[in-house]
Amino acid sequence: MEGRMNTASPAAVPCTPQTFKSDTKPIWCPGCGDYSVLSSLTKALAMLDLRPENVVVVSGIGCSSRIPAYTTCYGFHGVHGRALPAATGLKVARPDLTVVAAGGDGDGYSIGGNHFLHACRRNVDLTYIVMDNHVYGMTKGQPSPTTEPDWDSKLAPGGTRMRTFHPMVIALAAGANFVARAFSGDPNGTAKIIADAIRNPGFSFVEILSPCVTLRPEQREWKTQVHAAPVGTTDDPARAARRIMTDDGFNIGVLYAGTRPPYHAVVGVGTRRVDDLETEFAL
Amino acid sequence: MTVPSESARTTGPSDISIALTGSGGAGVMTAGNLLLEAAARAGWYGLMVRSSGPQIRGGEAAALLRIATHPVECLSDRFDVLIGVDWQNVHRFAQEIPVDTASLLVGDPDQGEPPEVFVKRGAQLAQVPFKKTAKAIPGSWPNMIMLGVAASLAGLPAEAVEQVVRKANKGSGDALAANLAAVTAGFTAARNLSFAGSLGGARRTEHPRWLITGNQAAGYGALRGGVRFVAAYPITPATEVLEWLAPMLTEIGGALVQAEDELASINMIIGASFGGVPSLTATAGPGLSLMTEAIGLAVSAEVPVVILDVMRGGPSTGIPAKGEQSDLNIALNGLHGDAPHVVVAPNSIADCLSTTQWAVHLAEQLQVPAIVLSDQFLGQTRSVIDRPADVQFMGARSVLEAGVQGYNRYALTESGVSPMAIPGTPDAAYTADGLEHNERGVPSSQSTDHSAQLDKRQRKLLGFEFGSHWAEIEGDGDADIAILTFGSCTGPAREALSRLTAQGIRARLISLRLLAPAQPERLAAALAGAKRVLVVEQNHSGQFLRHLRADSDLPGEVRSLRHPGPLPIRAAEICREITEWKAA
Repeated sequence: MEGRMNTASPAAVPCTPQTFKSDTKPIWCPGCGDYSVLSSLTKALAMLDLRPENVVVVSGIGCSSRIPAYTTCYGFHGVHGRALPAATGLKVARPDLTVVAAGGDGDGYSIGGNHFLHACRRNVDLTYIVMDNHVYGMTKGQPSPTTEPDWDSKLAPGGTRMRTFHPMVIALAAGANFVARAFSGDPNGTAKIIADAIRNPGFSFVEILSPCVTLRPEQREWKTQVHAAPVGTTDDPARAARRIMTDDGFNIGVLYAGTRPPYHAVVGVGTRRVDDLETEFAL
Repeated sequence: MTVPSESARTTGPSDISIALTGSGGAGVMTAGNLLLEAAARAGWYGLMVRSSGPQIRGGEAAALLRIATHPVECLSDRFDVLIGVDWQNVHRFAQEIPVDTASLLVGDPDQGEPPEVFVKRGAQLAQVPFKKTAKAIPGSWPNMIMLGVAASLAGLPAEAVEQVVRKANKGSGDALAANLAAVTAGFTAARNLSFAGSLGGARRTEHPRWLITGNQAAGYGALRGGVRFVAAYPITPATEVLEWLAPMLTEIGGALVQAEDELASINMIIGASFGGVPSLTATAGPGLSLMTEAIGLAVSAEVPVVILDVMRGGPSTGIPAKGEQSDLNIALNGLHGDAPHVVVAPNSIADCLSTTQWAVHLAEQLQVPAIVLSDQFLGQTRSVIDRPADVQFMGARSVLEAGVQGYNRYALTESGVSPMAIPGTPDAAYTADGLEHNERGVPSSQSTDHSAQLDKRQRKLLGFEFGSHWAEIEGDGDADIAILTFGSCTGPAREALSRLTAQGIRARLISLRLLAPAQPERLAAALAGAKRVLVVEQNHSGQFLRHLRADSDLPGEVRSLRHPGPLPIRAAEICREITEWKAA
């Protein structure tokens, strides 16, 4: 394909987390967990010794989906729910780039739910970060797929009475190659998990508990509830599923890292010239 | 339905129309394809339209063929021959297969009487026991008997048929022998039939010709324009574009992703194109409906993409396997907000190549989405065409070659087109955004930024020189009568123009390729002096006429000739409309 390959920056000084932070001021509320996620992402990119021009952060719509412009990487802020397709097309067409998709629970699990399933199945080598705060923030407080069934709101008085969506089990069942849970309150731990996710080939999914202190002030308590997962990473999906299904929702760490070969399209290597395809039709 | 009132043959020995029908799975399409290929090998031209019911197997199927000594771009007004390998549900094609007293109806006496709707039109009846004859040749099938009968009636040399049957039966000696024997039996059976319409005349075996469908031509045009990434979801009647492109892209070093839905496919190609790789998706009406939000994103973020819409009957699921020109409204006006983009329409099977190639060129040049409106007739019809002339349209995106201090992705340039940084370019990173933004690309809800960016995006299209490909203008440029059309109605309009000319009626034909942005000045010039304008289109509400009127004051008296799909607009309808109008 005619995409351009990475070119090393002339001044190839090592990047620091600061290199990856743009001067655009976030729209996020004071105390929002997403500030820490941004910080963890920039740390992870620096840890991996990547350069901003070779990384693309792709997002949909929502508070957390504003993240691309807060980095110095290339960014793609698309339409609601479609970060994963945009990221998939980009990575298949430009395998030389590091592609990170990011967004919230409404964007990823509700309007984008189908893409989540198929991105896990397709296993393209990209990393998907979901900043999960169990609420629609940008539209000011409606229940999302991860909201508790009895959470009262104007749109769903008395609660949705719907079972909460379990993104990690879904990811595992659909074939994601890396499944982790992180907590925004631990930026260093989260940075390490994101770096591991980017390093792991195939589709890596990182669910980050990232409190919305404005609409869900009770989530401030998450910092007292999270704890390191009592067991290490497994490459056995059945074991990982059992652990995830039975944990308390606050286990932090890489719970599954598989070895399934990523989706691979051989691009850029042609054996025929376009003009020669005429022979397909010529009598 | 329009059957020419004179009810006489409008095709001579240089032109024959044959319909092969039967239940789905009876091999009607196979026989039709072989017949067309044999005609091509013999040095003739022709086309085959596929028509079938919704069932995958067991429904009704018709291969509608026209074979001629000269290039043809549409079906004839009537059929010379209708052959039913069986008659199961074939009455459903009554409108699509007009027959008259000069037509020959060939059926198998063991499969019952031909449908009354055909018989009552006075066609001559003939019998060939397809099933019994096939049974007598172990391993053969009734459709191969039908092929032999049809080839004989068409006047095809037996060697040409034998050649294509051999080619289709590579590797299995017994099957080949059985099929060859069946075809010969068909030829023999046809000798007893009285029919005077067999083709004669010149053959052009040396002339470079292609056997191609519009869907293949569009796919090839995309590759020639520079497309190297395709994402799409299967949908009738666009799937063949994808099935042709999938292996071809691999061979030339590109990639095709089968997406989970059309929401994904359009966003995938936007992502790929953001990465610098020219990209395309192919779909039909329902898919286009799902894509409209993201097409607006491509407008706002200024990411070039091409959307090939092979139109079918709508609204909703509509008539999936049959054509209609009814996606004009959504293609032109389906996006929310003020969202200037390009809409073009190929006007023949060969033109599917050059116009799709042109669409890639326009999208890349202008950094906009370009929608190509093909349709089921153009897409799925297989045709023998003269090798199309090479066109030079190539995607040439304005790309930022090296990073600059303070790079403004959406800079307010004079042309409106601003150089695009491709990921991997240092010191030029920006965020592409569907949120309104300033020149830098930073989201902004200020009125000044909104107006400036709206102006910029419109300026790109209004200031662009689209060149002569915007329309095909034929016939007598000073004539009072003008036929104004687009897309697959151009074939019958062209044929009507030549018949009118032969009758001494002067007319001009304007077939628009560029539907958006509208070209009112060019159109006014093309219509200058016209006193009667006939607008021809295949949909119910006159979407094309309304679109024309939105931007142009059409001169003189204007009439609309239209009907919905799946019936094609036939040349005879256009001729009759014009001659009656002149007489009025």
